[in-house]
Amino acid sequence: MSTTSTPPAPHAANPRHRPSLSQRRSRPGEVLFKLALQFCLLVAFAFLVALIAFAVIKGWNRLDPRLWQEMPTGAASRVARAGVQSAITGTLWVIGLTAAICLPIGIASAIYLEEYADNTRWYNRLLELNIQNLAGVPSIVFGILGLGLIARVIGLGFTVITAAIVLSLLVLPVVIIASREALRAVPRSIRQASYALGATRWQTTWRQVLPAAVPGMSTGAILALSRALGEAAPLILLGAVTFIRFNPDSLLSSYTTLPIQIYNLIKEPQAEFQELAAAAIVLLLVILLVLNSAAILIRNKFQKRW
Amino acid sequence: MSDPNRKAPDVTDTVNSTRPAPPPPVALVNPANRNEGAPRGGDEQVLRLEDVSIFYGDYQAVRGVDMTIGRHQITALIGPSGCGKSTVLRSLNRMNDLIPGARVAGRVTFHGEDLYARDVDPIEVRRRIGMVFQKPNPFPKSIYDNIAYGPRVTGMKVSNMDELVEKALRRAALWDEVKDKLKQSALALSGGQQQRLCIARTIAVSPEVILMDEPCSALDPIATSKIEDLMFELSRDYTIVIVTHNMQQAARVSHRTAFFTAEVDEQGERHGRLIEYDTTNKIFTNPAQKRTEEYITGRFG
Repeated sequence: MSTTSTPPAPHAANPRHRPSLSQRRSRPGEVLFKLALQFCLLVAFAFLVALIAFAVIKGWNRLDPRLWQEMPTGAASRVARAGVQSAITGTLWVIGLTAAICLPIGIASAIYLEEYADNTRWYNRLLELNIQNLAGVPSIVFGILGLGLIARVIGLGFTVITAAIVLSLLVLPVVIIASREALRAVPRSIRQASYALGATRWQTTWRQVLPAAVPGMSTGAILALSRALGEAAPLILLGAVTFIRFNPDSLLSSYTTLPIQIYNLIKEPQAEFQELAAAAIVLLLVILLVLNSAAILIRNKFQKRW
Repeated sequence: MSDPNRKAPDVTDTVNSTRPAPPPPVALVNPANRNEGAPRGGDEQVLRLEDVSIFYGDYQAVRGVDMTIGRHQITALIGPSGCGKSTVLRSLNRMNDLIPGARVAGRVTFHGEDLYARDVDPIEVRRRIGMVFQKPNPFPKSIYDNIAYGPRVTGMKVSNMDELVEKALRRAALWDEVKDKLKQSALALSGGQQQRLCIARTIAVSPEVILMDEPCSALDPIATSKIEDLMFELSRDYTIVIVTHNMQQAARVSHRTAFFTAEVDEQGERHGRLIEYDTTNKIFTNPAQKRTEEYITGRFG
């Protein structure tokens, strides 16, 4: 059409010189890159499978009701009749309490930071920065804090509640950060629609933003609790290594937890203890799995309402 | 005051009327303005902006706007992107409060009451002056709950919520399409239906004024024409202010049109300014300002 400005397309003039589309070229770089990605995934996955297989095989003989029906023992002669019941109940107490403490506080903090705080203010930005720093503090440091402040100064001692408070502090930054992500993922348009109808900030948050954020929040909460569940380091300082042959019955009970119990069992030289430890590891993994399934159920339930 | 056949007085609120002679009338968008003989609420002023400037932090987004918005009229705000028309719209029900650092200088009055006075409750302002947004934004709830949300949160005394929901949906010309699926998710509706649901939701709290921020820009022409019919219908009972990019739309539906554009000042900063405000007919057939004429004839913007 145009004679002066636009040059004709290279092959438009002579259709016979147009290259065919059916010449598939091999692109080695493309293939290599895909293989490298698959390999990385395989490494992560293979280790996980190996770990589970190893624990199941080793602990196979002890994967029976004795595991949760019997109390631990220190004597090799009685190990055949021993289990880890006090560690299971201890874990459930501590994690249940941790959830009860860190979820409300963490979600409330996230709501403040996302929905209320004016992040042009320096103190709000400082808060934000420190929450991220806190997430990186080694857990043993929280253990020391718990030992000095909560167990000694406040005087709660080596009890379930001390452990729960310390684990709450430990995972709080994770809960806050995950909850903020979930809140941020709720479209602004939903908030605007609510405000434009004369809703208050609280009504908007409670009736629109929170329900929409629950799926994301529950995922973050479970991640945080899973971390608390597997945590041993701070609890070593907080009395969980004590030999416990009874179930906790109050906030001020002595306790032990599964990771600590596993550690104690593995220290013993006899093979029977090792087997029991492997069985306890499988149990710990099962508890983790149940928790994760709960998170998925919650997520699906709330998504269905839409 | 409310003689239904009375035409709005031809007030020339032209800003910058310093230009010597108005340009000759040009062949413009043909305003098939069906509102010419429409009932009006007379010349009662609902909203009034006096020397309004709007800031985001230190940046002055809109400078020195003066205009009045008449009762039961459709007022269109038009202009190129970035001219501050949406910012002005949001200042009318304090939606700008939600943007950190946003600030309004000058006076915006609603029936003579300063909207930005210290003791004014923005929540109450938004209940009286509702808003419909560019993208349909129904709540992820049922159609019924979308409508009932406003009355519930504002604590309206509703004796029969079902009736209120039906009335709002009928008013928004949506009832026949959704009456059998009120309990279904609003997100399953089409874009045009969603936008009418958003209008119904706004009507449900019985506001006096409805602000619409490009309500049709995400919709196809058929859905757009339905919304336009609806606006026309609603203007009998509500005062409507609409921001639109679509000049034909402004010409079709509005009684009065305000033309905004961005100006660069001595410091090289861009500010939105109101260039001309007049009856839609005047703006589209015989604008007083050269820039208005250039914009509506498509020569810039």
